[in-house]
Amino acid sequence: MKLPIYLDNHATTPLDPRVLDAMLPYFTEHFGNAASRNHSFGWEAEEAVEKGRRQVANLIGANAKEIIFTSGATESNNLALKGVAQMYAERGNHIITAASEHKAVLDTCKHLEKEGCRVTYLPLQADGLIDLQMLKESFTDKTILVSIMYANNEIGVIQPIREIGRMCKERKVLFHTDAVQAAGKVPVNVIEDNIDLASISGHKLYGPKGVGALYVRRKNPRVQLTAQMDGGGHERGMRSGTLNVTGIVGLGEACELAQNEMAEESGRLRAMRDSLKDRIMTELDEVFINGSWEHRLPHNLNISFAYVEGESMLMGINDIAVSSGSACTSATLEPSYVLKALGLGDDLAHSSIRFGIGRFNTQEEVDYVAGRMVEVVKKLRELSPLYEMAKEGVDLTKVQWTAH
Amino acid sequence: MAYSDKVLDHYNNPRNVGSMDKTSPDVGTGMVGAPECGDVMKLQVKVNPLTGIIEDAKFKTFGCGSAIASSSLATEMLKGKTVDEALEIKNTLIVNELSLPPVKIHCSVLAEDAIKAAITDYKSKKQQDANKSETVNA
Repeated sequence: MKLPIYLDNHATTPLDPRVLDAMLPYFTEHFGNAASRNHSFGWEAEEAVEKGRRQVANLIGANAKEIIFTSGATESNNLALKGVAQMYAERGNHIITAASEHKAVLDTCKHLEKEGCRVTYLPLQADGLIDLQMLKESFTDKTILVSIMYANNEIGVIQPIREIGRMCKERKVLFHTDAVQAAGKVPVNVIEDNIDLASISGHKLYGPKGVGALYVRRKNPRVQLTAQMDGGGHERGMRSGTLNVTGIVGLGEACELAQNEMAEESGRLRAMRDSLKDRIMTELDEVFINGSWEHRLPHNLNISFAYVEGESMLMGINDIAVSSGSACTSATLEPSYVLKALGLGDDLAHSSIRFGIGRFNTQEEVDYVAGRMVEVVKKLRELSPLYEMAKEGVDLTKVQWTAH
Repeated sequence: MAYSDKVLDHYNNPRNVGSMDKTSPDVGTGMVGAPECGDVMKLQVKVNPLTGIIEDAKFKTFGCGSAIASSSLATEMLKGKTVDEALEIKNTLIVNELSLPPVKIHCSVLAEDAIKAAITDYKSKKQQDANKSETVNA
């Protein structure tokens, strides 16, 4: 077993060597511009791009013509939200989204609010799911778009996408989903799920960074977008810019691998994830799983270890790469807004660790991580005045703290 | 972010971890911070009532590695000092000793606050004792 161990596969995934093999010739030998229509260099590149388009489309049950390549999911989310808001401005200006969305959606919504859109941010229930009744009541005659992520990047909770899609369809409201964490991990089908727009990222499914896709439905209804990047009219005019051929080849290959191996892989990762959870929950008291266990990505585990702070845990397991919802680990010095949206107190948000198990992890690694986690939490609890007080029976919520 | 060797040393081998009897008249206890802010420090000093010298110091900290290191270092600094000398310990001393980066300066401030809170607690106990004995004598 080699250290350090990478268990942060929601942040990014390593490139699958098979993906790299597919990409390499397109850096050197087949370097053509996919938009060059008059020579074989261009034709080869175009052929590779079209293959990639089919591979991405197949993964989500779409038609190849419905795939727009982008620089990544942040761009896909921007294009979907701004593109719809501008294109359908005459029909309405109301967007519904959720508090737990990725910043690429939330910040785009903030931007659109400044431009006159009205945005409803649905709260989460304690299990991380949105309340469908609340969604139903949020529609107005001005609603043009609902954007709800398929699965959350922190807590792995999978939203009732099919029901949301159905509710949107009934009301002729477009439905966008940020499917970055779900695509390639759990079955996503844009037809069955009634999805009109879906964002996908290459590097979250063992493909390269810097490439992503936006699924844009062409039939029932035909979705139109206002382009956010003007230029040569690539990608049906929705996204100009010379195509990232190597990236697209990689994204396509990654999608095909994910599709072929999903059934086996999700079972294997789930078994490892469950063993990690079981060992932690057996050997430690006062640990809490954040978000629904039932509606969850098979490779995600998000746990709060009460009375110990996240960054100090990360420091104690410096040969393991995971993430924490602690403020000390974030750029904003605020604890995770996703965990807070679950109604979790700041103290438990500070104490959370996110594990993301990936394709290349082994059971041996997961066993090692479980052992190290138990060890470090026990050590830090010995140091924790909160753990001591809790053991003495002090109700920590009643203590007068000196907030700073 | 990389941690300084001294922060790592205190994190890996924290000095003077533990608790003393907070009801003892010779023990001053300071507890600062809040769980929702991500750090709570409990710092205790045991003072020799005859000499006014801090003979022992203990801490427990909930917080990041720099907060743990700051309070661990604080207990080392306290031992052997008089209570008045202890009040002179400034957070900048901790910052320099541990090479804390700007985002971690609040950890050193918290440690200074914890020292002051512990000494204040000790002094108020002494004051109460003094008041009591005055009452008795009267």
